[in-house]
Amino acid sequence: MADPTMTLKVARYRPEHRPKPYFDEYEVPYREDMVVLDALNYIKDELDGSLAYRWSCRMGVCGSCGMMVNYKPRLTCSTFLREFYPKHVVVEPLENFPIIRDLVIDMSDFMEKLRTVKPWIIRTDEHSVDEGEYLQPPEQVDRYKQFSMCINCMLCYAACPVYAKDQEFIGPAALALAYRYNLDTRDQGQDERQQIVAVDWGIWDCTFVGECSVVCPKDVDPAAAIQRSKVAATTKSMMSMLLPFGVEREED
Amino acid sequence: MRAAIAAAEVSDTLSIALISKVYPMRSHTVSAEGGAGAAFGDDDSPDLHAFDTIRGSDYLADQDAVEAFVTEAPREITQLEHWGCPWSREPDGHMAVRAFGGMSVNRTVFAADKTGFHLLHTLFQTSLKYDSIVRHDEFFVTSLLNEDGRCAGVAAVDLRDSEVRCFVAKAVILCTGGLGRIFSFTTNASINTGDGMALAYRAGVPLKDMEFVQYHPTGLPGTGILMTEASRGEGGYLINKEGQRFLEEYIPSKMELGPRDILSRAIMQEIEKGRAFEGPYGEYVHLDVRHLGEKLIDEKLPFVRELVRKFVGIDPLHEPIPVRPVVHYMMGGIDTDMMGRTPLPGLYSAGETACVSMNGANRLGSNSLSECLVFGARVGSQAARDALDATAPAQEPLAQLAEAEQDRLVDGYLEKEGGRERIAPIRRELQTAMERGAGVFRTEESLKEAVEEVRGLKDRYRDLAISDRDRAFNTELVAALELGNMLDVAETVVASGLERRESRGSHTRRDARDRDDERYLKHTLASSTPDGPKIEYRDVTITRWPPAERKY
Repeated sequence: MADPTMTLKVARYRPEHRPKPYFDEYEVPYREDMVVLDALNYIKDELDGSLAYRWSCRMGVCGSCGMMVNYKPRLTCSTFLREFYPKHVVVEPLENFPIIRDLVIDMSDFMEKLRTVKPWIIRTDEHSVDEGEYLQPPEQVDRYKQFSMCINCMLCYAACPVYAKDQEFIGPAALALAYRYNLDTRDQGQDERQQIVAVDWGIWDCTFVGECSVVCPKDVDPAAAIQRSKVAATTKSMMSMLLPFGVEREED
Repeated sequence: MRAAIAAAEVSDTLSIALISKVYPMRSHTVSAEGGAGAAFGDDDSPDLHAFDTIRGSDYLADQDAVEAFVTEAPREITQLEHWGCPWSREPDGHMAVRAFGGMSVNRTVFAADKTGFHLLHTLFQTSLKYDSIVRHDEFFVTSLLNEDGRCAGVAAVDLRDSEVRCFVAKAVILCTGGLGRIFSFTTNASINTGDGMALAYRAGVPLKDMEFVQYHPTGLPGTGILMTEASRGEGGYLINKEGQRFLEEYIPSKMELGPRDILSRAIMQEIEKGRAFEGPYGEYVHLDVRHLGEKLIDEKLPFVRELVRKFVGIDPLHEPIPVRPVVHYMMGGIDTDMMGRTPLPGLYSAGETACVSMNGANRLGSNSLSECLVFGARVGSQAARDALDATAPAQEPLAQLAEAEQDRLVDGYLEKEGGRERIAPIRRELQTAMERGAGVFRTEESLKEAVEEVRGLKDRYRDLAISDRDRAFNTELVAALELGNMLDVAETVVASGLERRESRGSHTRRDARDRDDERYLKHTLASSTPDGPKIEYRDVTITRWPPAERKY
């Protein structure tokens, strides 16, 4: 019996040759332990050197190789061909992003959004490093730990129906990261960050479809982060409604 | 990134370009798992950390560099803590430490078993707050631009359009990681192709101690995915086919917590004795963590569990993990001093790319993340201070050099006529030759053969052609440039190994089994000449720890 093979339908975009994206089909050898990225590497090395895609760690942590695999955002290094064999696999660039070339998308909008939420520790009273570490018992680490696991793979942006319609939306990963810093006991920048995210193109834009959390390969659960940010923002504004506005003056 | 932040903190009048062939949070530091070593504990001291490091290095580390390292490592780790790194904690809120190979006390600070990931993202996110750091993501540096005997910038191709841009600078710092991809079986990411080392080498800077390649004892067969040393630090066992904890025969005093070179040799010897399991990707032994229990594994080794379930299809809670030694880390690198300065004025380096040398012939696990922090901070502030004093390079001649680079890429790759060789076969043959000739065990013969093979592959590389001639995001062009770098650094590895006729640390010669301090208590320096690498030697700096037999 001939060695088993599998067909990959791969989206191509080569603006110097054709104005619009199209598909190429490739036949690759199939083994049960092969991932989609192995198949792409086989294509590049043996069949077609011009296929362009990003990859690096091949162990699901660098976040480079996110693509649409059979119409779902996936890390190709962690998606096995056996999930689809003997049917074919369709590989496309991540949805909701402009395509630079083949499977390579333009991620500059995402990078800018990450920066805008100020994902760093903000202190009003910075201690000197010589005074030692800020104490943080394990239960305090556990509060934000889950939201610190984001690898910036952007699968959640590809899955998000709000980002699909409105590119102004800050989006799941960046909002989850803001929430991660807000929960960190070492951070004192909650108010500053809340002003950035509690806006129409921030947490209020999210309609809680929850697809972001479904596709997240690291169980970050951005949907929960956004919902809880909404609650925090609401509590804050409710509180300010209850607070008095100055002393009532007596008429004299 | 640590260097960029350090430079930004010296003066906000500096403009700092952070140039990287991948987005910075993709860098391979992201895959580091176990932790970062620093003498924090009450039972610990910098001197003890220094001694462990020096003994681990088989006495080839420069002891002044090690002393600086152990002194500054705790402060750097605390600095990371202040920047938000989610270090694992003790119940009282202090940073926790765990055991690691070759360290005589628990001194490895960690963030579960995703330490590198958290460290890298903390640095990346923190770097975003400095306006003076301007990132140039997905730019591939093709050459250093030199002017009047100093390094005055780089030429880098923008992957978006394959245009070469000229970066004029008063100081250039190379932090490009390692070169594991010159071997076929490695924990390293696809991006670890020795780029910075090759750039410096071609600019006339020597590469130091390149024969010292670290094999990590525990990688997954086939993929080479790393199973962190922390799995042994937390109490995991190495077991052979006979069901024995075989390290009893090799290093009974340390067992699974022995240094990596000794453990890797032990596993290879088990394989040679026929006491290993056989699988589709070669022989292997077992890493058994079952007895640690679900709670500990999920708290401290969650990534190991995630990786093994996903990529091996078993749960390490119920089944032992197949592992074998795998190329992991380069002790050698660009020749620098303790401030990261290379012999070429204006050029600096830190991290795995550089060889200070604090790792000597064998690095101890968890010293590399701390090294990145300590020497990254040192080199960043040194380069920044030097830049403040330096005169600005003349733009015009450098722009011409960059234009010449553009022509080289166009004529040599993008519009090259002819060329019969392809990238993949040359890369594959290089990786096989390195594995065969410069693996865990080496001989005069195996190294000579590898030298010849690499030379032959370099000749074939001249006849290389790429099929992709597009200007937009041409990854085949990048792969071709990377292959050129890999061939250059591989040649220094085998040439340096051939000339070192002794066994020390990771460099094990079957035909010269002993350490020979009389002839080789020296750093190897490989310099580029038209006839290949020229090998010279430099004395090791000894301060307080006279070379002695390396006993455990």
